Amino acid sequence: MEQAPFDHHVSIPGTTLFDGRQAMKGYQLNKMCYSFNDGDNRAAFKADPEAYMTKFKLTDPQKEAVRSLNVLKMIEAGGNIYYLAKLAGIFGLSVQDVGAQQTGMTTDEFKEKLLAAGRK
Amino acid sequence: MATIIGGLTTSHIPAVGNAIAKKLYDDPYWKPFFDGYPAVHQWLADHKPDVAVVIYNDHGLAFFLDQMPTFAIGAAHEYQNADEGWGIPVMDPYPGYPELSWHIIEHMVEHEFDVTSCQELPVDHGFTVPMQLFWPDRGPDMPRVIPVSANTVQHPIPTLKRAYDFGRAMGDAIRAWPEDIKVVVLGTGGLSHQLDGERAGFINRDFDEMCMEKIVDDPVALTRIGRHELVEKAGAQGTEFLMWMMMRGALGDKVTKVTENYHIPISNTGAGTMVLESAA
Repeated sequence: MEQAPFDHHVSIPGTTLFDGRQAMKGYQLNKMCYSFNDGDNRAAFKADPEAYMTKFKLTDPQKEAVRSLNVLKMIEAGGNIYYLAKLAGIFGLSVQDVGAQQTGMTTDEFKEKLLAAGRK
Repeated sequence: MATIIGGLTTSHIPAVGNAIAKKLYDDPYWKPFFDGYPAVHQWLADHKPDVAVVIYNDHGLAFFLDQMPTFAIGAAHEYQNADEGWGIPVMDPYPGYPELSWHIIEHMVEHEFDVTSCQELPVDHGFTVPMQLFWPDRGPDMPRVIPVSANTVQHPIPTLKRAYDFGRAMGDAIRAWPEDIKVVVLGTGGLSHQLDGERAGFINRDFDEMCMEKIVDDPVALTRIGRHELVEKAGAQGTEFLMWMMMRGALGDKVTKVTENYHIPISNTGAGTMVLESAA
């Protein structure tokens, strides 16, 4: 893909480097997630997710990714994992649940993969 | 004059905060991790530092992507912890040392490290988890703190060479402080882990072990690792290793390893703990 001069994006397999390209694309989604540091905002989102997403001007692909709670789609739409973790927290998802979803495993399978990495 | 007595490293995984709250020290999953800390507690009891410079990365509590400082130094009388959105216990505030903070800030800018100064800086788990691990009782021996935050959230992140050089300049600044106090420097975060993408769950024991070996006697070799190579080998969030390099730079050329521990996995991460003592 041809890159604009500002764009220093590099490809690392299975990894979306959160750089200027992604930061521009994901700003509204990440801004919404940042607001979830506040308990009142988490409650407002839970009460009416559509209105809350509209208030933060999420793009259609961002809204769709949040509706389906699809983490890979959120990342594709510019989400940054540190901010997305705050959204995942609202749904009671751990980082293992999130990892499992992205790698197409059950959470138990994902945890086993992590344990396996510890065996020499 | 102030003396840097050494450096401590630890991972700062949020799940550790919950494990501490639930006192899971002897739980089979947690024991190999927590077993790394009594030796650190002993070293701290023997040396009793007056100040801890805590190098960490903010994960979206103090800083958002609207304004993202590459290096930020706290200059507050105290540092508040706050709700991060997913329910680890909120800690009591940590007392600061703003006079020493400003001395360091002056020195850093004089030496061309143009830092962001923060008279208010909410500190997240990246800061509080190491403090809980090293000073679990928050007793009278808990040192005053100076938080230093590095950007590992959004690329371009600093290079490992810049991180190491930053640490060297900060070490000079601390040693130039006229008061006879003992300072310990904490390098937190890492080691290898990746939370996002199809490669989520990536952990690299060989790379982590190499980093823990080289950081003792040959940190300059680690400064040659490029940023994208670091992402590839340590995982997308393993870039937090650059805070260990900032710590190592501050300690001076010669250090002695007092203790170390490494365990996979804690949450999604290869967890490393070390005590490095600076040469007298």
